[in-house]
Amino acid sequence: MRKVDVSSVLGASAETPEGLESCIDVSGLNLYYAKDKRALNGIDLKIPKQRVTAFIGPSGCGKSSLLRCLNRMNDLVDDCVIEGSIEIDGEDIYSKHVDVADLRRRVGMVFQKPNPFPKSIYENVAYGLRIQGINSKRVLDEVVEKSLRAAALWDEVKDRLHDSALGMSGGQQQRLVIARTIAVEPEVLLLDEPASALDPISTLKIEELIHELKRDYTIVIVTHNMQQAARVSDFTAFMYMGDMVEFDATDTIFTNPSKKQTEDYITGRYG
Amino acid sequence: MRISASKWFSSGTPFVWLNAGAVAISILMVVGLLGLLAIRGMAHFWPADVMQANYAPPVSFGSVMTTEVLGEKVETESVSSIQIASSGIPVDESIPYYDRELVKLGNRDVTGADFAWLLSSFLSDIRYPADVVALERREWGNFYGFLADVKESGQRVIDADQGEDALWAEFEQRLSRALEIHDEIYRIEKIEIGEVNYALERLRLRQRGLELEGAFDAEVEASFAQQREELGADYALLQQDLVVLNQAIERDSALFLAANDAEVEIEFADIVRAYKPNQMGFVEKLITYFAKLGEFLTDEPREANTEGGIFPAIFGTVMMVLLMSVFVTPFGVVAAVYLREYARQGLVTRAIRIAVNNLAGVPSIVYGVFGLGFFIYIIGAEVDQLFYPEALPAPTFGTPGLLWASLTLALLTVPVVIVATEEGLARIPRSVREGSLALGATKFETLWRVVLPMASPAMMTGLILAVARAAGEVAPLMLVGVVKLAPSLPLDGNYPYLHLDQKFMHLGFHIYDVGFQSPNIEAARPLVFATALLLVIVIAGLNLSAVALRNRLREKFKSLEV
Repeated sequence: MRKVDVSSVLGASAETPEGLESCIDVSGLNLYYAKDKRALNGIDLKIPKQRVTAFIGPSGCGKSSLLRCLNRMNDLVDDCVIEGSIEIDGEDIYSKHVDVADLRRRVGMVFQKPNPFPKSIYENVAYGLRIQGINSKRVLDEVVEKSLRAAALWDEVKDRLHDSALGMSGGQQQRLVIARTIAVEPEVLLLDEPASALDPISTLKIEELIHELKRDYTIVIVTHNMQQAARVSDFTAFMYMGDMVEFDATDTIFTNPSKKQTEDYITGRYG
Repeated sequence: MRISASKWFSSGTPFVWLNAGAVAISILMVVGLLGLLAIRGMAHFWPADVMQANYAPPVSFGSVMTTEVLGEKVETESVSSIQIASSGIPVDESIPYYDRELVKLGNRDVTGADFAWLLSSFLSDIRYPADVVALERREWGNFYGFLADVKESGQRVIDADQGEDALWAEFEQRLSRALEIHDEIYRIEKIEIGEVNYALERLRLRQRGLELEGAFDAEVEASFAQQREELGADYALLQQDLVVLNQAIERDSALFLAANDAEVEIEFADIVRAYKPNQMGFVEKLITYFAKLGEFLTDEPREANTEGGIFPAIFGTVMMVLLMSVFVTPFGVVAAVYLREYARQGLVTRAIRIAVNNLAGVPSIVYGVFGLGFFIYIIGAEVDQLFYPEALPAPTFGTPGLLWASLTLALLTVPVVIVATEEGLARIPRSVREGSLALGATKFETLWRVVLPMASPAMMTGLILAVARAAGEVAPLMLVGVVKLAPSLPLDGNYPYLHLDQKFMHLGFHIYDVGFQSPNIEAARPLVFATALLLVIVIAGLNLSAVALRNRLREKFKSLEV
């Protein structure tokens, strides 16, 4: 088992979010789940390209809500109102002529609990492609292998690709979900507490995987676990009660936060 | 140590007993019901021994009338002497109870009644002669008697001195010949002449259709006339064959001695089966039993449904339930998907849901009336006007039939499917839907590729409940398509093969018809039990196959841990 290369994380910490090309540009984002139930208050955030950005904060602070805004998953929630703008690569994703399905293909998402479809491993990975109308066996075989390799799952499942995905362990299922997501080649990967339902060894594997994937993808991860944020992310945003308290290089946040609230949280004084 | 009553009560022991008792009683009732049906129904096919006895009941005070009886004992019961006396038999009223026996005497053509209640105390000299023959006939029910002679064209074919065995062998040989000829006659009449008639009818309808369109000119007329002539020639040939066969089958007859030495001549053409029950061993009886049971399952009814089989009723029931499933499943599923997935949840959807649930409680006869009034008289009449004008004024779909019966039952059961499917859809975890949407699938693709397959076991549950309700339904069917006796099956070899406009037979209605509309109650009673048992078996069979299918689907789409 390979150790996470800490030096590269520390090396990246020399950068600041402002100095990098941004991928996702959130400005003045308000989100209401009901008329007087505000979940996000005027969030401004520039998420840099091909880096790992972590959202941390206590439960109910709005980090998952923010994440779900980035691929318009909140559209599914009745009575959810969004104000402000989110631009991905300079395009407003909430503008009227955006194809939501296409946006979600470009902004992939992995959820807290593994949610494989009740299909075979192969069909799980091929699902996104079949949706796009790609049914050529040659292309599918190739993409399935590539995606499973990228998710570090190929060696474990290559002999049982056509078995049900529901027979896998939780950690394998979560990596399968990641493979399924990267099979459609998104630009951005949103990970919503991807390891919170897994055991430590599976967690480590997922973290290694995140480290591998950031070369090709812009990754945004929500996590409860501050050590995990410190291990895998380049930048960290600390949120509290729907506010973006502080956003900076992970190293800065964990060693020298500029806000008292951030310091209190990461030293475990509340939250 | 004594335990106080309240402690004992709160320990839960009485509750366990109560629950277990309720389950035990339920099981007992079901087993008892099936047992009763099985015993009363299935025993009917057993070739019972034929009893010969002298019966000498008092006819008026002091005098008796002695007759000889020959028949099968069916059941025994005990009756008060007052009741017997008031029915006109002057019995000794100081004895409170008499036993009486129901005896199947058969020979309806000879004696007028084929069942009789005989008082056991006046039966004497009971014996079981080995040579007594039981006949099943195409008309007049069973016959019991002794074979006396076999005749060909009125002439004796065998000398009496050759003995009983030679006579019986000759009889059996001629009987199997007659049965073969009968099968051939049946085939020609039912299938071949049926086909010709069907073709003639279609020709007539086509001609009428062309006449209505004004396209019936001399040329077409000539071609039609020629076709009609060809069919007429076919028909004449078949008719000739029939005449020959009928002559052949009428050649032989047998002379029997019934009870009281009455001579009865029976044509071989009338005999379905002949056996000597008192000579048969257990194995032989078992073989005959299964042969009779097989006939019951695969044959058509005879004699106002009191004899023969019930195959058309089984076929009609299964056919109608399958058609109903084909109509109800897609309809119910589509409605449930809209209600659960697309419609905005609010007052209107709630109201619709309540309405749907209430629809499931509407008495079925109401659906029957609706089916008759709406489907048949409005839709059916319109369909006839538009598509079958050539057959008018005879209705095609404007009359009760298989299609309307299936649709009426589909309407009756659609609430069940909607409710079950909705519940299935509600159980699909949100995370799976989100997983699909997050991969760029639209809502429809998510529904079609992930949600509906996962909800398919719930749909099957709905279908199972629908089948269970529909297969046992009789009341609405009497209005929309079921008849006492259908001349042909709704599925046959004549284009278009599936005749949705035809009337059909149904096991549930058959029970009612045989049990309550039959002229011969005693003969019909065991058939009511047997048919009821069969109806239960058919419904259970349909349900079990649906359950098996559902279990396979469940295994495949095993829900995620949520």
